[in-house]
Amino acid sequence: MRYSLFSLAAKALGGHRGWTPTWRDAAPSDGYDIVIVGGGGHGLATAYYLAKVHGIRRVALIEKSWIGGGNAGRNTTIIRSNYGLPGNEPFYEWSMKLWEGLEQELNYNAMVSQRGVLNLYHSDSQRDAFARRGNAMRLHGADAELLDQKAVRKIAPFLAFDNARFPIQGGLYQGRGGTARHDAVVWGYARAASDLGVDIIQNCELTGFLRDGAGAIVGVDTTRGPIRAGKVGMAVAGNSSRVAALAGLRLPIESHVLQAFVSEGLKPVVPGVITFGAGHFYVSQSDKGGLVFGGDIDGYNSYARRGNMPVVEDVCEGGMAIMPMIGRARLLRSWGGIVDMSMDGSPIIDTTSVPGLYVNAGWCYGGFKATPASGWCFAHLLATDRTHGTAAAYRLDRFRTGHLIDEKGVGAQPNLH
Amino acid sequence: MRIPCPYCGDRDSQEFVYRGDAGPVRPDGEEGFFDYVYLRDNPAGPIREHWYHAQGCRSWIVVTRDTRSHAIHGATLAAEAAR
Amino acid sequence: MSRSPNGGLIDRSKSLSFTFDGTSYSGFEGDTLASALVANDVRLIGRSFKYHRPRGILTAGSEEPNALITLRTGARAEPNTRATVTPLFDGLEATSQNRWPSLRFDAMAVNQLFAPIFVAGFYYKTFMWPAAFWEKLYEPLIRRAAGLGRLSMLPDPDHYDREHGFCDLLVIGGGPAGLAAALTAGRAGLRVILADEDVRPGGRLLAEHLEIDDTPGAAWAELVVAELTALPNVNVLGRTTVFGVYDGCEYAAVERLTDHLAHTYPAQPRQRLWKIVAKRAVLATGAIERPLVFGGNDRPGVMTTSAVSTYVNRFAALPGRRAVVFTASDSGWQTALDLLAAGVSVAAVIDPRETAPIAAEALLKAGADILLGARLCDAIGAPVRKVEVHLADGRRRRIACDLVAMGGGWNPAIGLGSNMGARPIWSDAAQSFLLDQTPPGFVAAGAAAGRLALHEALNDGVTQGAAAAEALGMPALKPRFAASDEPASGRPLWHVLGRGKAFVDFQHDVTDKDIALSAREGFVSIEHFKRYTTLGMATDQGKTSQLNGHALLAAATGKSIAEAGTILSRAPYQPVAIGLLAGPHRETHFRPERHTASHHWAIAQGATFVDAGQWKRAQWFARPGEKDWMETVNREVTMTRNGVGICDVSTLGKIDVHGPDAAALLDRLYINTFSTLSIGKARYGVMLRDDGIVMDDGTTTRLAEDSFFVTTTTVNAARVMQHIDYARHVLWPGLDVQATSVTEQWSTYAVAGPHSRALLAQALPGIDLSNEALPFMAAAKFRWNDAPARIFRLSFSGELAFEVSVPATHGDTLIRHLFEIGRTFDAVPYGTEALGVMRIEKGHLAGNELNGMTTAGDLGMARMMSKKKDFIGRVMAARPGLADLKRPSLVGLIPVDQSKQIRAGAHLLPPDAPRTTAYDQGYVTSACWSPTVGHAIALGLLVDGPNRHGERITVHDPVRGADVQAEVCNPVFVDPEGVRVRA
Repeated sequence: MRYSLFSLAAKALGGHRGWTPTWRDAAPSDGYDIVIVGGGGHGLATAYYLAKVHGIRRVALIEKSWIGGGNAGRNTTIIRSNYGLPGNEPFYEWSMKLWEGLEQELNYNAMVSQRGVLNLYHSDSQRDAFARRGNAMRLHGADAELLDQKAVRKIAPFLAFDNARFPIQGGLYQGRGGTARHDAVVWGYARAASDLGVDIIQNCELTGFLRDGAGAIVGVDTTRGPIRAGKVGMAVAGNSSRVAALAGLRLPIESHVLQAFVSEGLKPVVPGVITFGAGHFYVSQSDKGGLVFGGDIDGYNSYARRGNMPVVEDVCEGGMAIMPMIGRARLLRSWGGIVDMSMDGSPIIDTTSVPGLYVNAGWCYGGFKATPASGWCFAHLLATDRTHGTAAAYRLDRFRTGHLIDEKGVGAQPNLH
Repeated sequence: MRIPCPYCGDRDSQEFVYRGDAGPVRPDGEEGFFDYVYLRDNPAGPIREHWYHAQGCRSWIVVTRDTRSHAIHGATLAAEAAR
Repeated sequence: MSRSPNGGLIDRSKSLSFTFDGTSYSGFEGDTLASALVANDVRLIGRSFKYHRPRGILTAGSEEPNALITLRTGARAEPNTRATVTPLFDGLEATSQNRWPSLRFDAMAVNQLFAPIFVAGFYYKTFMWPAAFWEKLYEPLIRRAAGLGRLSMLPDPDHYDREHGFCDLLVIGGGPAGLAAALTAGRAGLRVILADEDVRPGGRLLAEHLEIDDTPGAAWAELVVAELTALPNVNVLGRTTVFGVYDGCEYAAVERLTDHLAHTYPAQPRQRLWKIVAKRAVLATGAIERPLVFGGNDRPGVMTTSAVSTYVNRFAALPGRRAVVFTASDSGWQTALDLLAAGVSVAAVIDPRETAPIAAEALLKAGADILLGARLCDAIGAPVRKVEVHLADGRRRRIACDLVAMGGGWNPAIGLGSNMGARPIWSDAAQSFLLDQTPPGFVAAGAAAGRLALHEALNDGVTQGAAAAEALGMPALKPRFAASDEPASGRPLWHVLGRGKAFVDFQHDVTDKDIALSAREGFVSIEHFKRYTTLGMATDQGKTSQLNGHALLAAATGKSIAEAGTILSRAPYQPVAIGLLAGPHRETHFRPERHTASHHWAIAQGATFVDAGQWKRAQWFARPGEKDWMETVNREVTMTRNGVGICDVSTLGKIDVHGPDAAALLDRLYINTFSTLSIGKARYGVMLRDDGIVMDDGTTTRLAEDSFFVTTTTVNAARVMQHIDYARHVLWPGLDVQATSVTEQWSTYAVAGPHSRALLAQALPGIDLSNEALPFMAAAKFRWNDAPARIFRLSFSGELAFEVSVPATHGDTLIRHLFEIGRTFDAVPYGTEALGVMRIEKGHLAGNELNGMTTAGDLGMARMMSKKKDFIGRVMAARPGLADLKRPSLVGLIPVDQSKQIRAGAHLLPPDAPRTTAYDQGYVTSACWSPTVGHAIALGLLVDGPNRHGERITVHDPVRGADVQAEVCNPVFVDPEGVRVRA
């Protein structure tokens, strides 16, 4: 069923009784060409592009609870492609291009909103580091502007320019960056994948892998029974180590909790996304009026999906350092998501040492913006057994060979990325 | 979260710096460094892990903590644990 | 006015005036804003989020979804404030929200006409064509309508306090169960904190006609609070809401200190953030009454029965003249009696159940219709004028009224109990969700545990208070309380079919039909449902809507409520000010400032400061008449290189490493060797991380056989200290070595330039500074001003230079002394900028090069890596990706046109190559204008750099300007032979 203002109006006349489920809630069938483990944005996008781009329709996606219940539904909805290293920038810029056509592609309004991403800098060396990054973006054809203080004032006059511990000197601005409605991305991909024949199987938890005599993976064992598959792709960020362990693999990943916050609804004042370069704070404002903000990860290994007060306070301190007018706005809700912190802060899309098992993992706190390209590149890998050009650096063996992609330059210490 | 520092007693986790799994041991020879530096079990459940009491006694300690519930089962000084 | 002549917990001798939307009203001390508005017959308070429906007051508590106003004005304006929990004060100003141009005539109410289109999730299905219209047209329209209240956009003028609390027992809620628990535990000697959100503890005892031990409930509460307050081991925190439960039995709470005051003193904090560590906790937060879902249930004049009772009993404020009560639980009948007692006529009591509780008789006598087995299906009018009732026999009847009291039963207020992740479970007995697993040491009592009757709540409180005492080894006596019992039974009614819109989530305008649509479209998982309909995501966090919504979803999907499940509550349980959570750490106080001992002296010299981590360092010292910072810095460099300059370098990290195995430890930490260093000599060292990348650099001096003095870069001081301790405690606990941070113990000044020796000879007489006694990279101890002092022959500037260290307590004296003596030598103070220029001129490394991505090889120090010993990072540094000789490596850069500038952060590409990533060969790490060589110079990392000296390269900096052509060269621009440092 195509969505449009006309279909909406027509259905309204019938009291909206004519709508059907957004996606089919499928039961597992005997076997599939490919099984995707994990019903987050990345898994759903992978399933969609497998069907759409590669014409593989015998695809199942299994999800242990409800689709979009992990980080896809817990992030702060930011999209951007402002990376500095050559291993990253092509991938994130490809993702940005896919975002720009996503709604028409899926016929689902994911509210992709390019209202701009502004990273503030507070020192000469931070400015130069941003210049290096902005130049790398421009070399790749992405948009980037290095703004001085005056230009930042124009975009965000409400920031604390005159009374700051770390005065704002300027910012790196990507006008094409912005936000998208996270749940709608999940539902849009699910609907489009389902329409192409993908089986989306919820409440179906992976319990093990089916192996042949040679040890190759030929399917998955689940709480809803065994499902045979030609290939299995895992897209379970937050739980990658646990799933990989079922196949006997150890990964260069730790699971950490990242908290996020939203205020009560307020008349919009924050135009796009703003990040504070001298503290741990970033903010945007949703179309419902809530200030959506966050900061650093809690910093200890966790699977608990909730954090503690030190980060709550640290984040709010960052907010009050640069936006002291939000002091009387109220925090409405906080929550936590479990993120895959990789050892160099960059993701992995690759084959593994186990034949038939493919891994998509290590997204740290930045997986949402990667959703379309991650799905695109993982589908490409699963369908062709070749790495997609924009994800060529995301190899699992880069830690062994030393071809690391460490944007922050902090080394093999996941909680510092 | 409260960390039971063997030297200082129960202290707020804010006083500590977290490093991670205390399991991997630095190899003596040339082999095994990749596993030591990069690979982690990353268990969902009890884990022995290194914390540094940076704003206290400056001891590295080994804390046993459950990553699902954050419940802490005990702590020892790392220097003693290693001996 | 609708105020009863007597009764209520208000002080009629204290009249308070206030305004709402500019109109003046008056109330009494003890009122809330809501009760005062009720007493003044103000029924329209706000507009709903989506449809802009007129809304009044629904509840009398913190669960209020409708009566949100902006409190105060100007910088103190506080949007989305619940009138129901705002204590009235004299001069209070409140303004309605989310309406234009006025509350009564809201143009956006036109949205109601589009209601057939604006169903749940409609926006996902439209606004897609044409694509470019989203940012330009659709979204701006949506954003214009978004949100409720408005920020003042002025910095919050108030400040916020923080406090840590430690106790044996935290009692959350000061109703009957909480008071009983606190009293039992407090009498047993436990350290108790009782936190209650109201202006006075008592909970329902303040709102209902109840008696305990033959004492009226409110008076009983007052007696208990008086006893608790008198106990030295009990802390009663009023106006305090516990809003979060965290690990380690930590509870976060907000104490509202001045929100109820008309005027505050400048130093008075507005609120206080409590972080309470409690061995045990009792959740005594009571229960929240469910609204009923029928047509027009959102109309002003429709309230919960508990709200009606509260306004009538506690505030003597009458929310109507002629009431209809529609209740599915016995407590609603009590409300009907409360109304009668207050002189409000009760037109009808409607109960879907077939049998009437005892109260019916009195009501019949007073002329009320008792309609059993009946349902109120529509409330009509805004404010409500009449209702339509579906009678038991199928007929319909209309009843005129101006107040509808509705009661759907009670939901235990268990939100805090699921903060730690345990999902509540459905209880058939309580007809609600209850806590199953609770956080460690945490237990619910009274109505929060589903035990609604007063005697049950009191017993429960006593039991849990005593249990806490016993668990901590303190025997407790269990007091017995005789309570006037009251009816407590009910039967849930989840939905009544009516003609008008029936709201489930009032603030977010989620109706019964939205829930059916959500189910139809497959959003049947409780979390999908919440996200699709936005039910429970408004400022009340679903306190009044969640269970009704979940029950309707269960019905729509043919499941039981137990199967449909419920969601977890996340902190904060009540919204809290962001300013509260930030406390004093805002604006200039965001992070502390660290000052060196010369800070005051530097201020007096007119220094401009720069942030280096938390340190404030002098960046330059401008002199009158200098036109810009460039001129100042050039002077500082030139005067230092030609005469003598002095710079405070105290911020560098300093670590004493001491013990028989000190040298062995340093050998393992650094790529080069320290065990061979002679006593009294210093050596430059580089340390790697585990992964083979450079971590830090600095000089280390051997002061004795077993004693070394290590320096680190300013920004890495803490990390290196931690790294050294890790090596000592974890990696090699067998080594006998201690390490101590002494960064703040020493003040260190670099004295650099050809005249430095002469200056110091006068300033520090008696020390032999000759090349023979103190050659380059040597150190000596001496005493100065009766204090230990050290002198190091080190040079970052590349000049003849010394670093003088004295205890930080003498640092101010020393800097003044050096410049006193320095006057004869025209000594110049120089800041970090001149320091930076001189180090770039010498090709010395700094943070820009040690950026966490470079190897020793990249920085031209491959040969420093000892092959005779192991050191941290050695093996991993040999990985092909890091050992690759073609990696971008350190070079110098000079602009071909010497009038041009080079900027750090620019990328390096072959001349004439396309400006694309494929041709990106590196970047500029550091750049400056060199007054010594007379043109711009730069350091950079360039692919195969060391083999490309003399080549031309394009310096590409599109974010800042045009390309510049440069020549690749040796990264040492001044005195490459190193003659000057040995002068």
